[in-house]
Amino acid sequence: MPVYNEVVMDHFMNPRNVGEIENPDGVGEEGNPVCGDMMTFYIKVKDNRLEDVKFKTFGCGAAIAVSSMVSELAKGMTLEEAMKLTPASVADKLEGLPKNKLHCSNLGAQALHEAIKDYQSKQKAGGK
Amino acid sequence: MKKVYLDNTASTPLMPEVREAMLPYLGEVFGNPQSLHDWGDKAREALDEAREKVAGLIGADAEEIIFTSGGTESNNLAVKGLALARQTQGKHIVVSAIEHFSVLHAASTLEKWGFEVTEVPVDKNGVVNPEDVKKSIRKDTVLVSIMHANGEIGTIEPIKEIAKITQELKIPFHTDAVATAGTVPVNVTDLGVDALSLAGSQFYGPKGAGALWVRKGVRIIPLLDGGIQEGGRRGGTENVPAIVGLGKAAEIAAAQMPKRIYTLTPLRDLLLKELPSKIEHVVVTGHPTNRLPGHASFCVEFIEGEAMLMLLNSKGIAVSSGSACTSRALKASHVLLAIGLSHEIAQGSVLFTLGLDNSKEDIDYVLETMPPVVDRLRQMSPLYAKYVKTSQGGK
Repeated sequence: MPVYNEVVMDHFMNPRNVGEIENPDGVGEEGNPVCGDMMTFYIKVKDNRLEDVKFKTFGCGAAIAVSSMVSELAKGMTLEEAMKLTPASVADKLEGLPKNKLHCSNLGAQALHEAIKDYQSKQKAGGK
Repeated sequence: MKKVYLDNTASTPLMPEVREAMLPYLGEVFGNPQSLHDWGDKAREALDEAREKVAGLIGADAEEIIFTSGGTESNNLAVKGLALARQTQGKHIVVSAIEHFSVLHAASTLEKWGFEVTEVPVDKNGVVNPEDVKKSIRKDTVLVSIMHANGEIGTIEPIKEIAKITQELKIPFHTDAVATAGTVPVNVTDLGVDALSLAGSQFYGPKGAGALWVRKGVRIIPLLDGGIQEGGRRGGTENVPAIVGLGKAAEIAAAQMPKRIYTLTPLRDLLLKELPSKIEHVVVTGHPTNRLPGHASFCVEFIEGEAMLMLLNSKGIAVSSGSACTSRALKASHVLLAIGLSHEIAQGSVLFTLGLDNSKEDIDYVLETMPPVVDRLRQMSPLYAKYVKTSQGGK
């Protein structure tokens, strides 16, 4: 049996929303090359919703699939909804990840949250 | 789709001739080699014949061969068995930093049992300096274990030079020759070692069959206590079919070796030369020339090995990687770190190990398939994006 299921393989082979956003409203980075995976998320926000989500990922098949799934789920969500995405809920949507990939490679939700926090702190700074 | 298997270090295929030789021992010849009737005699004869053939491959005497279940057992038996046999004389052993885990972890177990272990470093090509071995030897050193060649980076070690030192100081010297025996000439007298491990799955023999050669007169404590099989050095009913296969594979390897090396070396060199010229920021790992004939290993910067492996697999190419993500433990290869690579670079490890089934067309296919695979992952990589921005900013 292959290590990854069909859903994970589909997101790895055909990742959604790869790339950068020019002049993003928020950028979030998570992970480091020592642990193996690194993800950067870019977001565009309109009326408190994620109008666009893009990512770049350095990492294994699981890391790429996780990033792709997070971007797909998050697009169109309100910021509050997106903040509720968790590594576990992302893994569930992918119909499971190998046990040893549940942590290191599953940083997509955190990277997205960092991007949202980046947006929110910019908003606060701008509002002053 | 074209299928290209380039992971012969993980396992070579079983040669049809070897399988043929094994079949009777999975069928009508089922006797226990220790039995004294006709059934036993037939199995014992097969075992004796296989022992001659394996000994012949490495220039040894048949009675010095201990059959094992493979490279891991051979290395465990050597490291633990040779050290334990001498523990009244001292409790210090020397290994290299790039040994296989079956040596390194066996050494860790010895540490738990009160031994001290010195790990000798390697240079950027993965070569052990014999002087470092000499310096690490102490009065209480009872074993030196340095591999003949490394399966991850292909580098061949200066075993003869190290053996001169161990012979002078009268310290038993074991070499893990799993990557070399059956692949390049290995002669125990020429090398000057006292013990040597080999495994059938590295030279078109079956899995589950290996051997430890121990020079006559060198004491070793068995790991598996049991009957008097293997001269009392390895208990347990012998795995006759696998051992017969190992013997057949050894016989064929000995006969075909020059031809195999002659065929594989130019293919390897083509890959070593062309891949870094077709793709920017690719480094060759291991020694550029003094390496295993079918072995080409690289690190591709800014991307990760498992993702590369999976995309290559989708194009029908089988490779392996020493990246952290590829290992179950999620740790970067200790070999790549030992040759001084950063974790980040080590993540891009990719390893092509060629075998008898490969042709120049296969290498051309790899050279054609790799650049778009690498490009695709680099377009996804934040590290590559950063690199591009920095290098453009610098202009």
